[in-house]
Amino acid sequence: MTINRREFIKANAVAAAAAVAGVSIPANATNLITSSDVTKLKWDKAPCRFCGTGCSVNVGVMDGKVVATHGDIKSPVNKGLNCIKGYFLSKIMYGKDRLTTPLLRMKNGKFDKEGDFTPITWDAAFDIMAEKTKQTLKEKGPTGIGMFGSGQWTVFEGYAASKLMKAGFRSNNIDPNARHCMASAVGGFMRTFGIDEPMGCYDDIEATDAMVLWGSNMAEMHPILWTRITDRRLSAPHVKVAVLSTFAHRSSDLADNSMIFTPQTDLAILNFIAHYIIKTNRVNKDFVNKHTNFRLGNTDIGYGLRPEHHLEKKAKNNGKTAGGSSPINFEQYAEFVSTYTAEYTSKLSGVPVDNLNALAELYADPKTKVCSFWTMGFNQHTRGVWANNLVYNIHLLTGKISTPGNSPFSLTGQPSACGTAREVGTFSHRLPADMVVNNKKHRDLSEKLWKIPTGTIPPKPGYHAVLQNRKLKDGELNFYWSMCNNNMQAAANLNEEAYPGYRNPKNFVVVSDPYPTVTAQAADLILPTAMWVEKEGVYGNAERRTQAWYQMVEAPEGAKSDLWQLVEFSKRFRIEEVWPKELLDKNPTYKGKSMYEVLYKNGQVNKFSINQVPTDRLNDEARHFGFYIQKGLFEEYASFGRGKAHDLADYDRYHEERGLRWPVVDGKETLRRFKEGSDPYVEAGRDFQFYGKKDGKAIIFALPYEPPAESPDAEFDMWLSTGRVLEHWHSGSMTQRVPELYKAVPDALVYMHPDDAKNRGMRRGDLVKIVSRRGEVQTRIETRGRNKPPKGLVYMPWFDASRLVNKVTLDATDPLSKQTDFKKCAVKVVKV
Amino acid sequence: MKTMMNHLVKTLVLLTLFTSSVIAAEKHVATLRGEVNIDTQTTPSAIANTVNKDIKQGRNYPMQPPVIPHKIRNYEVNLNSNKCMSCHSRNRTEESQAPMVSVTHYMDRDGNFLAEISPRRYFCNQCHAPQKDVEPLVENTFVDMHTLMKSKVNTKNEH
Repeated sequence: MTINRREFIKANAVAAAAAVAGVSIPANATNLITSSDVTKLKWDKAPCRFCGTGCSVNVGVMDGKVVATHGDIKSPVNKGLNCIKGYFLSKIMYGKDRLTTPLLRMKNGKFDKEGDFTPITWDAAFDIMAEKTKQTLKEKGPTGIGMFGSGQWTVFEGYAASKLMKAGFRSNNIDPNARHCMASAVGGFMRTFGIDEPMGCYDDIEATDAMVLWGSNMAEMHPILWTRITDRRLSAPHVKVAVLSTFAHRSSDLADNSMIFTPQTDLAILNFIAHYIIKTNRVNKDFVNKHTNFRLGNTDIGYGLRPEHHLEKKAKNNGKTAGGSSPINFEQYAEFVSTYTAEYTSKLSGVPVDNLNALAELYADPKTKVCSFWTMGFNQHTRGVWANNLVYNIHLLTGKISTPGNSPFSLTGQPSACGTAREVGTFSHRLPADMVVNNKKHRDLSEKLWKIPTGTIPPKPGYHAVLQNRKLKDGELNFYWSMCNNNMQAAANLNEEAYPGYRNPKNFVVVSDPYPTVTAQAADLILPTAMWVEKEGVYGNAERRTQAWYQMVEAPEGAKSDLWQLVEFSKRFRIEEVWPKELLDKNPTYKGKSMYEVLYKNGQVNKFSINQVPTDRLNDEARHFGFYIQKGLFEEYASFGRGKAHDLADYDRYHEERGLRWPVVDGKETLRRFKEGSDPYVEAGRDFQFYGKKDGKAIIFALPYEPPAESPDAEFDMWLSTGRVLEHWHSGSMTQRVPELYKAVPDALVYMHPDDAKNRGMRRGDLVKIVSRRGEVQTRIETRGRNKPPKGLVYMPWFDASRLVNKVTLDATDPLSKQTDFKKCAVKVVKV
Repeated sequence: MKTMMNHLVKTLVLLTLFTSSVIAAEKHVATLRGEVNIDTQTTPSAIANTVNKDIKQGRNYPMQPPVIPHKIRNYEVNLNSNKCMSCHSRNRTEESQAPMVSVTHYMDRDGNFLAEISPRRYFCNQCHAPQKDVEPLVENTFVDMHTLMKSKVNTKNEH
C-alpha cells in the first residue's frame, strides 16, 4: 500500500523486461493476463434489483460468481447508465451473513416463541409451518391466515402467492409492501380512468417543455429518470423544471421554480391551478366536453386509524361512503375551485403568489407541453387518492394527456410494484388484470381460468398491510408469512402495532429473506432465500415495461427462491384440508389431490416441458419441479389480461427484448394509451377514449383541502417527514452490506434547520431523540448537507436498521387506498 | 460495538455451517442492529468524518464509478454551476492534476460525442460519493474477477 510510484514501476519492469528478452517466466509472474479463455466473462441482461425506474443492467459472471455489472447500452430506459446503487449491484448478494439454513426459535429442542433461533432443515421448517397453518384453519378458518408480500417479488412469485392464498387457503389476507407505496396511485387511476397505470411513458421526458415534480425527490429516488430530466432541461434551454416539496433537496438544485409548501397543502395548490386555468379562460373546452365528466366527491372521510380513535368517531364519511361521489357540471366545478385563489392558497401553503402563478402557467399555457411526476409525496398521504385525482384534473382540463410530452406520470417505488403487485393483483382486494374480489363476475372469471370451483375465492377483501399488523396485535391473524420485504422496519408505528403483533404468543410468524433483517429478528421461523439473478424472473416497471431475466448464478447452498418456497409448501396440504366438502363436491375430480396438484400441476402451469429451458441455462425451480414453471405461471397469468387491454407478449419474447410496454397487441408495444393511433384499444374516430370507463370519459373530481391527521402543537412542535436516500435501497438490507454504499451513508441522521437547532441549544452532531405520541428514536443532528428543511420540519430517512424511525411515525392511512402517510406527523426533538 | 458485531458475524457463519455437533443458537440475528431487542437501540455513534486523503481507491470492476477520495462540502452542483468540473473537466485537469472524467461522460443518449460533458451526466453525485471513515458492519465476500483469473492461471500452470 505504501509503495511509491518509482518502486511500483521497478517491480513491474522485471516482468516487462523478461517478456521483451523472450525469457519464459511463469504466467502468474506476468503483469497482464490476456488469454481469452481466462478473461472472458459471460454477460447477460437483467432489470436492476432496486427501484421502479426499471433500468436494464448487464451482469458479468465468471466461475459462478457475479463479478461485474454496468448499465445496459441497449436499454431504452437507461441507455448505458446506472445510479450509484445500480453500479454496485454486483456486491448485493455477497454479504457475509447470507442465510443458508432455516432458523426456528427453539427451547429444549422444541419450538418456543421465546426461544433462540436454531438451525433446522427445510423439511422440519415446512413441518412446523404446515402444522401451524392447519391448526389456524381449524381454530379460526381462512381469515386467520395471512401473507405480506412484495413489489420486489417476480411476477411468477406474486402470482403463485396470490393463487396459494386466494384459491388454495381461500384467504384474501395477502397484501404487498406496495400498499405502502402505490395504493393511492392505483386508487387514483381506478377512480379517474377506471384502469390502472400511466397512460404515457418515459419518452415524454424528451418531448416536453415543462416538468413538475410534486413532492418527489427524483434526483435521489429515481436517479436515472433524473438524468433524463436533467438532459432535457440542460440541452433544451426553453424547458422549465418546477419542484414542489415540504423541504429543499437535491432535485431543487435543478429547479427554475422551487416551492416549499406546508405539509398537506398540495391539495390546495392543485385546486388553485384548476381555478387559474378556468379564470384565465384556458380550459380546452372541446376536449373537456367530449372526454370528461365532473363529479363532486364525498368529504370528511377520516384517517384510516383504529375505529376507536377520536378522529374516526368524528368523521362523517369514514365507512363505505368514503369513496362516494355525485355528478356535477362544469359551472359547479368552477364554483367549487374558485375558493382556491392565489392569495388564499399562498397563505395556506406558504408558497409566494408569484411562484404559484408561474407554476399554474406551465399547465394553463396551451403552447407548453407539460409532464407531472409524483411518488410518495402524493401516495403516502391521508388524502393520497384525492391528490392523484386532482393532478389528473389539471391535465384533463387542458387536454394535456396521452400525447408526446403531455403526461401526468405516477412514478413507481419498487422494481415490480406495477408488474407484480398491481398487474398480478397481490393486494387484499384485487385479482389479476385490474379485477377485484368483491365483484362476482371477476371471481367467476378467475375461478374459470384457475380451473377451480365457483365460490372458491372469498368475496370479502382481506386485511390490508396496516390492518394485518393490527390483526396480529389483536391475535386474530395467527399464521403469517412475510416474504421479500422488511415490514418491521418499514411499517409506521411499529412500537404499538407491528412489534407487539409479531411477538403475540397467539401468532406464528414466518419471514423469508436472504439476510437476517429486523423483520427476521421479530419472526418465529426464518427461511433463507435466493435473490435477484440467483433465480429466473420478470419485473414490470413504472412505464408498463415488462422485463425478464434468466438465472445466472446459483444461490448459496441452502437458500431457496420465494417461488420454490411457495410451490413446495403447497405440497404439504391435501385439498380436503383447505377446502370445505361443499366446494370439493362441485369438482370431485380434485378429491384426494394435493394443493400443489390443484394449483400448479393443473395442466396449465405445468404445460411447458423442462426441455424448453435452454440447456445452457440454470433454472433451479424448473429442474426441481420437472417443468418450465416460470413460463407456465406467466402464460396462465397472461390469459387474464389478453384481449382486455392488458395484453402481454409470449413469455419467450421477453428474454429477447429489453422489455415491452403493455398492451402488446400484434407483437407491438404501446407507448401511449387512450389516444387514437397510439393505442390499439381506442376505437376509430374517437380521438381520445378513456375506455376504463364505460362511456369512455375520464372524471374530473371536485375535492377540497382537508387537514392532516396530526399537526404540530405546543408539545410536539415539529413536522416529521421520512423517506429514502440515493445510496440505499429501502430498508438497506442489501445496500448496507455493500461497503462502498455503507461508507457513503452509514447512518440515518435527522436533518434540521440550523435555526431550529440553535433555538434548542443543539449543534450538528449532537445526540438527540425524536419523540412522538407513539415512541422515540435516537440519532444525531445534521444541519447541513443534501436536505434543507424549512423551520418547523425535520426529515429522517428510514434505511437504518439500528435507528428505527418508524417507532415514531403515525399509522394514519388514506381511507380510500389504505396507504400510510409516512410524510407527516408531529414530533419534538430533544437532547439525550 | 465493533467486536460485538464481529462476534455476531462469526456466530452467524458458524450457524450457517451447522455441520458440527454443536448447534449455535442466537436471539439477536439482525446483524445491522447489534445485540439489542427491537424495542431498544444501541447509542448512535458520532457522525463520522469524511475520508479526505485524495488517495484513489481500487475499483471492484472496470465499470465501477470511482468513489470520491476527498470532501465535497459546499461543492455546488446546480442549474448554474458545477464545482466538480472545475477540476475534473478535460480543459482543467492539466492545472488541477485531478483525473479527467471518463470519455463516456461526453456521450449523449445515442452514443454521440459532445464538445462538453453530457447533460445526462451533469449531477456527479448520482454515481460518485465520498466515503466516511467507518468500518463496514458486515463483511462482503465479493470476489474480484482478477482474483478468479489468477487462480485459473495458477491451476493451469500446476498441470
